Amino acid sequence: MSQKDGSGFQFNLQTTKGNNMKKTLLALAASASAIMLAGPAAAQMDQVKACFIYVGPVGDFGWSYQHDQGRLFAEEHFGDRLETAFLESVPEGADAERAIERFARSGCNIIFTTSFGYMDATNAVAARYPDIKFEHATGYKRDHPNVATYDSRFYQGRYIIGQIAAEMSETGSAGYIGSFPIPEVVQGINAFMLGAQSINPDFELKVVWVNTWFDPGREADAARALIDQGVDILTQHTDSTGPMQVAAERGIFAFGQASDMIEFGPETQLTSIIDDWGPYYVERIEAVMDGTWEQQATWDGLAEGHVVMAEYANMPDDVKAQAEATEESIRSGAFHPFTGPINKQDGTEWLAEGAVADDAALSSMNFYVEGIDDQLPQ
Amino acid sequence: MGFYEAVLISVMTAATPLVLAAIGELVVERSGVLNLGVEGMMIMGAVCAFAGAQISGSPFIGVLCGMIAGGAFSLLFGFLTLTLVANQVATGLALTILGLGLSGMIGESFIGLPGVRLPVLDIPFLSDIPVIGRIVFGQDLLFYASIGLVIGVAWFLFRTRAGLRLRAIGDNHGSAHALGVSVIRVRYLAVLFGGVCSGLAGAHLSLVYTPQWVENMSAGRGWIALALVVFASWRPLRLLAGAYLFGAVSIGGLHAQALGVGIPSQFVSMLPYLATIVVLVLISMDRRLTLINRPASLGQPFVPER
Repeated sequence: MSQKDGSGFQFNLQTTKGNNMKKTLLALAASASAIMLAGPAAAQMDQVKACFIYVGPVGDFGWSYQHDQGRLFAEEHFGDRLETAFLESVPEGADAERAIERFARSGCNIIFTTSFGYMDATNAVAARYPDIKFEHATGYKRDHPNVATYDSRFYQGRYIIGQIAAEMSETGSAGYIGSFPIPEVVQGINAFMLGAQSINPDFELKVVWVNTWFDPGREADAARALIDQGVDILTQHTDSTGPMQVAAERGIFAFGQASDMIEFGPETQLTSIIDDWGPYYVERIEAVMDGTWEQQATWDGLAEGHVVMAEYANMPDDVKAQAEATEESIRSGAFHPFTGPINKQDGTEWLAEGAVADDAALSSMNFYVEGIDDQLPQ
Repeated sequence: MGFYEAVLISVMTAATPLVLAAIGELVVERSGVLNLGVEGMMIMGAVCAFAGAQISGSPFIGVLCGMIAGGAFSLLFGFLTLTLVANQVATGLALTILGLGLSGMIGESFIGLPGVRLPVLDIPFLSDIPVIGRIVFGQDLLFYASIGLVIGVAWFLFRTRAGLRLRAIGDNHGSAHALGVSVIRVRYLAVLFGGVCSGLAGAHLSLVYTPQWVENMSAGRGWIALALVVFASWRPLRLLAGAYLFGAVSIGGLHAQALGVGIPSQFVSMLPYLATIVVLVLISMDRRLTLINRPASLGQPFVPER
């Protein structure tokens, strides 16, 4: 009997795992049948098959949703010349490698893996399929000539919203809901804080990490906790609309993430940093068709239209004008959000007066700038 | 609304869907059936509740739709495992996978729409009591339902003849059958009850917790509910305690982070699970009582002999 009792717990754990795996397998089966229906891929390169792996559901209305919008944009652009397939909610880790491998075997010419956690899996599969092009979003490893990486300079938008936050906050404090302490997210927090400090040097930022990209309930809980502690502006680096809705409920301002979330807070959303992947997907698929595809590390922002700011709403005209001016100066290259003097959290100098951070430093950022009252989880 | 009041309300909001789903599963397991499809029934409840509320404009009709969806989905499980005697574990898992997929399909046209929130039902006079008034008597319908269900289930299982019969089936379906108790009928009712409760939990997610529909919004809460049932050693009041503890530690962790206490966030995310396991293990230290509480024929198929 005692054995039986013990197994009750184990059992639950195992089945959770099994569930994830089965879900992936099911998704694989579904995509396999879709591929069969579509018929064999043409040998000529004027017919390309592009495949996409998403970390969340396409209906998250955030990160994965925007990537899928990019896929649809490419489909629209190329018409019959392009065939696409996607797998959604693919967990980062071992499952991801299987999913990518499955796509590689199913005749995809180019595979976009759209989450940071797919980095090693993407490179591992790329080693085995040298003829297939791999594009990994937000990563930095390009171990093989057929792996390219791409990312957007979201921090540019985050600097702008930091400025808006400092202008709009009455308490002088904002709440930031973080997913995982990876460089991309830390960059965003620092950019936001630098923007806010440019308006109000004493601005306070409270950071809560939820350790998930997507859990509307937990993101909403984090939003409530932050509001209860007195912040009156919310921003997030997680993928759901949960926090926006809580902000609307409690009557404070918030910034959308990845997509335009104005519907969830018509009187709440100040602006949103929108990811627009469509043009990039078109460009890279085009390169495969022309045979001009080359390994590269793309990191585009406002200037190239990869980062788009949603309409500046719910703010006075002067704040709006300032935001637009900052946006323009970043777009034109006149201003870089990470321009010195910038100190690290412990007060040591990171960038000297007038110095601008290089991309390598930004993409490996693992520290907070001065003024953030939180310990960065390592 | 004061700080502590606000925090407590957040805790209750976080715990309510767990209580609802777990109390339903508790009854199912007490009848000897293991339904691992809680997550699937919950997400079906969530999407149908949201759809019902959007189409009718009334969140109450939404709740009803959620209950019907969860119930209908559980009957599918009942038909497969009770009538066709399919493997309960495999069927439950399939139900979860099906639910997650089907809900995504049903919900496609509802993505990106702001939802209708279930209104708070203020109980007159009582909700004006300082501090506890707003917390205990100023909640939404589903909170009262969750508390009512726990008390009702506790009373039903241990104070009524029908409850005794249900527990007898869960402990030894052969003997119960020999005594003339209709095993299959009672199990069908238990499974249906579990489904309706999971549907309610789903309705709470899409109408109260975060009034919106996004795919996969249950985010594993069905599995937490399942684990709670085991850790509460199939006792309703322990289950309530476990769910609230889980909610309290998970909200407390977020507050600690926002205060800048300097606890690693990964540890904070783990803490609710750890605390719940430790506490529930401690309160069920008496192994004899735990063994008595565990339904002996849990998960075993029943084929009546002629």
